[in-house]
Amino acid sequence: MPRLIELKGVSKLFGKQTVLNHVDLYIRQNEFVTLLGPSGCGKTTTLRIIGGFEQPSSGDVFFNEKSMLNTPPHKRKLNTVFQKYALFPNMNVAENIAFGLKIKKVPKAEIKEKVIAMLKLVNLEGFENRRVTALSGGQQQRVAIARALVNEPEVLLLDEPLGALDLKLRKEMQVELKKMQQKLGITFIYVTHDQEEALTMSDTIAVMNEGEILQIGTPEDIYNEPKNAFVAAFIGESNILSGKMLQDFHVEFAGVNFTCIDKGFAKNEHVDIVVRPEDIRITTPDAGMVNGVVSNVIFKGVHYEMRVDAAGISWKVHSTVQSPTGSSVGLVIAPELIHVMKKSVSSIEDNVS
Amino acid sequence: MTRFFSKIIVVLKPFYLGLMLFFMYAPIAVLIIFSFNDSRSRGTWEGFSFRWYEQLFNDPHTQSALRNTILLAIFSTIFATLIGTLAAIGIDRMKKRSRTVVMLISRVPVMMPDVITGISLMMLFQFVFRMLGFGGLGFGTMLLAHIVFNVPYVILSVTPKIRQLDPNLYEAALDLGSNPARAFFQVILPELWPGVITGAMLAFTMSVDDFMVSFFTTSPGVQNLSIRIFSMTRRGVDPSINALSTIIFVVVMIMLILINLRDKHLITKRGEDGNEN
Repeated sequence: MPRLIELKGVSKLFGKQTVLNHVDLYIRQNEFVTLLGPSGCGKTTTLRIIGGFEQPSSGDVFFNEKSMLNTPPHKRKLNTVFQKYALFPNMNVAENIAFGLKIKKVPKAEIKEKVIAMLKLVNLEGFENRRVTALSGGQQQRVAIARALVNEPEVLLLDEPLGALDLKLRKEMQVELKKMQQKLGITFIYVTHDQEEALTMSDTIAVMNEGEILQIGTPEDIYNEPKNAFVAAFIGESNILSGKMLQDFHVEFAGVNFTCIDKGFAKNEHVDIVVRPEDIRITTPDAGMVNGVVSNVIFKGVHYEMRVDAAGISWKVHSTVQSPTGSSVGLVIAPELIHVMKKSVSSIEDNVS
Repeated sequence: MTRFFSKIIVVLKPFYLGLMLFFMYAPIAVLIIFSFNDSRSRGTWEGFSFRWYEQLFNDPHTQSALRNTILLAIFSTIFATLIGTLAAIGIDRMKKRSRTVVMLISRVPVMMPDVITGISLMMLFQFVFRMLGFGGLGFGTMLLAHIVFNVPYVILSVTPKIRQLDPNLYEAALDLGSNPARAFFQVILPELWPGVITGAMLAFTMSVDDFMVSFFTTSPGVQNLSIRIFSMTRRGVDPSINALSTIIFVVVMIMLILINLRDKHLITKRGEDGNEN
C-alpha cells in the first residue's frame, strides 16, 4: 500500500516547551489510524500540523510524496471534524454542508443532490432547514461529519469527535464511523484519549506521550505486545511489575522464577513485566506460582475484579468466578501471557495513574 | 412595631422611585413644555405654538449646525466602527499580557473627562498644523476627534462577541476550502454583527451628544448643534434653544431605546434557539 501521508522528524515548540519531539509517522491509503494518548501528549498538535493549522518547528510533512509545508490549509485535500464541531451558527444544516461545495462552484442542483445524499448517510434526512444551534450534540456531530465528507476528501481528520457525547451514543457513532470509513474508502486520522475507542475502530494505533510516538501497531499488537510500561498501562488494565531477566525464557519477579517466551535481553537485565488481569488464573491455595489472600472484590458486570495480596504485591485479577474476600488463593500465569519489556527511560509513576 | 415599619416602607418605596425620576426628568420636562410656549417669557404659559421650531429651522446658522452634527455622526460612526472592529479582532489575537495592557489603554479615553480629551486633541492638532505649516481647526479636526472618542465604544462592544466565538470556526472555514477573506466575511463577521451594530449605535449617540470635545477641536465658524446652543445662550436666552434641546433630547432618547430594544431582542432570541443573530 502506498504511503499517502508521511511525517518525517516533525518537532513543534511552543515558546520553550517541546510539544512534539521528532515524530515519524506514515499513513497508508484507506487506513484508519488513531493517535492515542493522554491530554497534552501532542496528538492534537500532530493532527493540526497535518491539517495545516500549525507549522512544524522542524521536520516535513508529505502528501503523496510532496512536501505540504508551503500549502495553506484551504488548499490541502483533506477535511477536519473538529472537537466541538465548529458548525457555522449563522447557517442552517444544508448551508453548512454545502459550504465547501459552493466554494468549489459546484452547480446548484448538484449541491442539493449531494447535501441530501450526505444527510441520508448520517441519518439526518429532513434536517436541511434546521438551525444548527437547535440540534443536539450528536446531531451537530453528524452535521460536522457530513460537512467534511461531502467534499470527498482523500483524508478525513477527526479530533476527538465523540468526546462530548454520552456513552451509548458514542458507542453507536463508533460503529457508524467505522462503517462509513469502510464504505467510502477514505483514510481516517483519528485523535482520541479513549483507549477502548482506539481499539474498536482502528487499523493502526500510534500511542503517544509527551510529544513522542511510543509504539505504532495494530490494536492486537499494542494490546498484546506493549513496548513499554506506559503503553501497557494506557491500553487496558494491567499489573506492571519490576523484574529481572535471568536468561532467555526465564524471568524473575515477585520473588519467583517464571518461564516466559521472551529472549534477547542481557543477563540479569532489569525489565518491566506486564500481566493483564484477565490473564491471571486463580487456583486452589498452594497450587499457584504465587499464593496469597483476596483483599477486595468488585463486581464489574462481565467479571469480578479482585485484589490479591501475594508476594508483597497487590495483584489485579479478573475472573468470572468470585473468590470471596479473605479467602486464600493461588495465582497461575502462563508463559505466553507474561510480557517482558525494556525499562522505560522516563519514570512510570510520573505518567501512569 | 416592625409591622408598622414594613407598612411605611411599602408606601415609601414607589414614592422614593417617583421622587428620583421627578428630579431627573423635571428639568427636561420643563424644557420640552416651554419649547411649545407661544411667548418669550420663561415663566408664563401663553398657549401652544410651533413658532420657536419654525424660527429655529429658518435660522441659517442652526441649519448648518444641524447638517454638521448629522455629517459628523454618520462619518465618525462609519470610521470608528471600521477601526474599532478591526482593532478588537487584532487585540484578541494578542498574547494575554499585551492584550490586557492594550484593552486597559483603549478604555482610558472613555473614563477621561471630556475637557481633557478636548484640550489635548486641540493642542495636538495645532502642533501638527504648525509643523506642516498649513491647515487649521474646523470640520475635519472635529471629525477626527469624534472618531477618536468613538473607537473605544466600538472595541468594548465587539470584544465580547469575539470572545464568544468558537476558536475553530475560522479554521473550519479554511478547512473547507475557503480563503481567509471569505472565511472572515461569511463566517466570522456574521457572528460579530450584533456587537458591531451596538458599537455603531453607541458611537452615533455619543457623537450627536458631544459638546466639550467638539468645542475645543473646531473653529468659531464651524458649529455643531450643541455648540450652537451654547453660543445662543451667550446672546441671551431665546426659547428656540428649548426647541433645539428638545430635538437633541428626543434623538438621543430614540437611539438609547433602539439600543436597549436590540439587546432585549437578542436576549429573547438567544433564549429561543441558542442563537444570537
